[in-house]
Amino acid sequence: MMIEQTEPATPTRERPDAPVTTPGKVGEHTERADGVPKVKGEFEYSSDLWMDGMLWGATLRSPHPHANIWSIDTAEAEEMPGVQAVLTHEDVPGRKVYGMEVPDQPVLAWERVRYQGEAVAIVAADHPETARRALEKISVQYEVLDPLTDPEEAMKEDAPRLHLSGNVLKRINILHGDVAEASASADVVVSGEYEVGMQDQAFLGPESGLAVPDGQGGVDLYISTQWLHLDRDQVADSLGLDPEQVRLTLSGVGGAFGGREDLSMQIHACLLALETGRPVKMAYNREESFFGHVHRHPAKMRYEHGATRDGELLYVKARLVFDGGAYASSSIAVCTNAATFACGPYEVPNARIESHMLYTNNPPCGAMRGFGAVQVCFAHEAQMDKLANELGMDPLELRIKNAVRPGIRFPFGQEVPPPAPVRVILERVGDMPLPEEEEVMGRDLRRLPGGVSNVTHGEGVRRGVGYAVGYKNIGFSAGFDDYSTARVTLSIEEGEPLVRIHTAAAEVGQGLITVEAQIARTELGVERVAVLQADTRVGSAGSTSASRQTYMTGAAVKQACEQVRARIFQKVREEYADEDLAIEDGDIVSGGESVVSLAELLGGEEIEETVEFHHRETEPLDERGQGNAHLQFAFAAHRAVVEVDTELGLVRVVEVATAQDVGKAMNPQALEGQIEGGIAQGLGLALLEEIQIKEGKIQNASFTDYLIPTILDMPSVRAEILELADPEAPYGLKGAGEPPTIASTPAIVAALRDATGRELARVPVKPEQIVGIAEKPPSEPPQPGSRGYSGIGHLDEREEH
Amino acid sequence: MEFHSPDSWREALEVKAAQPEAVAIFGGTDVMVDLNFDRERPGAVLDLTRVPELGEWGEGDGRLRVGAGVTYTRIISELGSELPGLAMASRTVGSPQIRNRGTVGGNLGTASPAGDALPPLYVSDAEVELASTNGTRRVPVVEFITGPKRNAMRPDELIAAFHIPRAEGPQQYAKIGTRNAMVIAVCAFGLALRPERKRVGACLGSAAPTPVRAREAEEFIESVLDWDSRGEIGDTELRRFGELVGEAASPISDVRGTAAYRTHAVGVLARRTLGWAWDEYRRGE
Repeated sequence: MMIEQTEPATPTRERPDAPVTTPGKVGEHTERADGVPKVKGEFEYSSDLWMDGMLWGATLRSPHPHANIWSIDTAEAEEMPGVQAVLTHEDVPGRKVYGMEVPDQPVLAWERVRYQGEAVAIVAADHPETARRALEKISVQYEVLDPLTDPEEAMKEDAPRLHLSGNVLKRINILHGDVAEASASADVVVSGEYEVGMQDQAFLGPESGLAVPDGQGGVDLYISTQWLHLDRDQVADSLGLDPEQVRLTLSGVGGAFGGREDLSMQIHACLLALETGRPVKMAYNREESFFGHVHRHPAKMRYEHGATRDGELLYVKARLVFDGGAYASSSIAVCTNAATFACGPYEVPNARIESHMLYTNNPPCGAMRGFGAVQVCFAHEAQMDKLANELGMDPLELRIKNAVRPGIRFPFGQEVPPPAPVRVILERVGDMPLPEEEEVMGRDLRRLPGGVSNVTHGEGVRRGVGYAVGYKNIGFSAGFDDYSTARVTLSIEEGEPLVRIHTAAAEVGQGLITVEAQIARTELGVERVAVLQADTRVGSAGSTSASRQTYMTGAAVKQACEQVRARIFQKVREEYADEDLAIEDGDIVSGGESVVSLAELLGGEEIEETVEFHHRETEPLDERGQGNAHLQFAFAAHRAVVEVDTELGLVRVVEVATAQDVGKAMNPQALEGQIEGGIAQGLGLALLEEIQIKEGKIQNASFTDYLIPTILDMPSVRAEILELADPEAPYGLKGAGEPPTIASTPAIVAALRDATGRELARVPVKPEQIVGIAEKPPSEPPQPGSRGYSGIGHLDEREEH
Repeated sequence: MEFHSPDSWREALEVKAAQPEAVAIFGGTDVMVDLNFDRERPGAVLDLTRVPELGEWGEGDGRLRVGAGVTYTRIISELGSELPGLAMASRTVGSPQIRNRGTVGGNLGTASPAGDALPPLYVSDAEVELASTNGTRRVPVVEFITGPKRNAMRPDELIAAFHIPRAEGPQQYAKIGTRNAMVIAVCAFGLALRPERKRVGACLGSAAPTPVRAREAEEFIESVLDWDSRGEIGDTELRRFGELVGEAASPISDVRGTAAYRTHAVGVLARRTLGWAWDEYRRGE
């Protein structure tokens, strides 16, 4: 569906010319056009947006995870010099709630707040500091309620209901084969309980954007997001406007990883802009960003695996409990994903999986790279190691023995489509040479656990090796009509052919715009390509998530190019030749002979085609959790080598080796970036990254205490890329962004277990666990031992009135 | 907010005398964080980066006088052989950019128990030189730091320098962080051997409300070490030293680590660093 847009009467920001890039075809190392500007600090991120006369917006957030709101008094804030608007829920003209799956989240809270950091009021002022000061003048009368923070508690009948619909947001049961019978015949049974902490996307560019009123009741929004059209529809709904009156343009995105699927300041900035009639910029700071987007779901998972004595899996039982936090976000899809991938890429003839998603008063959780597959992979891979140990079998051999292969069925009933090279990628990581063991004594500190902190010169250091394999779906699943739109225009500019590509697909750093240009060069034989800034003047491209854009928007661009090419060949046939036509370097070639140049053929004419590409239909799961739910599956295996200071619990990851099937390496350079970046994020979850919550409150909303890996923590990566074409996909490609994150975490933890012999059933693994000191929750507010950063008392300290 | 940027020490002291509430800033690695997080809203800021005297260091009467504005980068490159323990600690501070800005003076002013530069100052009995328009005074660092983020500075004073003996023997600094770079200490340990006096300095960082000297551990190991024949330390003695250092800790549990882990880890660091320092001494380095 394409919605025609009308240009605003007064153009609000000058539309910059899209840069023309050369060269690089599909499969060639192609440099990204935004690489150098980003490194030099010249790239315009959404937080750099600026317009003369613009106002600054700020958000008042709830200091409480759970409270009734009795009153909101904005009078004092409105009277402050420089303040242009103070808005509450009463000022939301349209739908007062939003949400991708369930519209359950207030644009601005009324009556009740359900998590710490929930937006209550917004301010626009002529200086950002004035706006922040004005927030303190808004008086909100809260009645503080006990927060419901444990999903198991939330599940109970007598738990307080956080939403009218109850606390159970989603429940999926997968019933496959006969588990009772299988468990009676199992020779070996292993069970375990596993836990994954709340990871953050930790994108470096905070939530930010600029809303500009058009003077006719509509608004233009320049924004960093993952899906322009879904944002537009939600913004328009809440503003009470037609979608045509809300135009979105993608601005520079500083990372996303799922954290920009939900709205943050989009509606707020537009409300303030329409109220004041002036452009309004909003940009969260780092601390606010931790409250401004959803996180990865924490999970508690109980597993039981049964197998024969020779290592053949007979059944898997799993009970998965996810903390969805206060609002739905994309939790329903995460719950489904986790259930379907709960057994891993193994042939499991009998399975009983329960997946529960609960509302609590913790921060809302939603999409993050790996989307439900990450949590279960940590658990099923720990189980496979446990089973191998019980059987006295090599962990890699056990995995290879049970690897899925095309033709069998996953526990959710879908047939495994070819290619499904799980066995091959496991063998590849097994065959790669191990990094040489380097004498520990006398090493450069940077190559020891603890790095330059000088904690060991080799004492207590032991090496470990671990393996893991994981998989997930590519593209949107379960019956969703997933599509992307591309417009391709071929014209002659300054005597040379030029292809313009226009889509609404969000480039979030992954390199999509480079791939789009490579596709056009490949299909149209033209060197010069300009990819226009993504905006809502063209149809939806769907979300930049589920590793789907290269597949979906790539296919749309490819088909649009093919249609343009067909029209060119039509013209050539009419006037020149009709045999064996091709376009090479801007010339039409027939049977190897140049016939006419594109420049001559087209003259002043433009050829334009717009294509909407829909992927094959999928089905929702039935009541037994069965269905052809997913479009495509991507697999990656990892081997981690670690060195652990067993006495201090500090770790150096020596190397991560991986084998991944990508179908087609569209841009090998960008692929390398995805693989290394995904592994870094997996390493972060294994060792460092957790939003710590106490009674519903975030304890570490800063990069001082939410630690992400540095270059010293990140090992070298050895990658083997398999290109086994998927016959249904454009160029045979498979989505490549998420798989590196999925199995890297369990591989690292398996290596830690190998080095220490400890169970390590929770990630991130803390030094305390490695050295076997019982963990205690923080018992008092951090004072000594910190500079007070971890107090993050900003929100708490804001006075209540 | 008033912003003062004097270009002489005299002028800086006059500003501070006139406006004792003015917050001194040098590298800004603490002050700017507080401002950005809206924890501090000082009425006046006193920028000391243009005061040339603060960036100087020199030697006299066997002690070094290091200006409060000497950065960590300069301590590593210029004072590595004179103050090896402090240089090791400086290497663990933040990132290269932070080390280019941050100063020991700032660590003293902030008085955080996690200040990396503090244990090396404690183990060498350093003194802090404070100045005001009324004159200067020198305060032992152990008396200067009075509590978490509290120090003995009077409102009209500024930190001019610290005085510290050139290393008399091997020194060590080790710090626990859950990440291998750019991390605030979970706990830390500084050690100095002073063979001429047959003394050992041992100080815990980030394991109590202030850095603390492990006096019992020091006395124990001083009585055990064979300074003259430079004999080996027994494993039992090393372990006992580690235990006594652990006993000197009074840590808390927080987002960075548990109290039990801090106590354990600082003991391990003590044992290992003593072993390294003693080996160095035995080799006659």
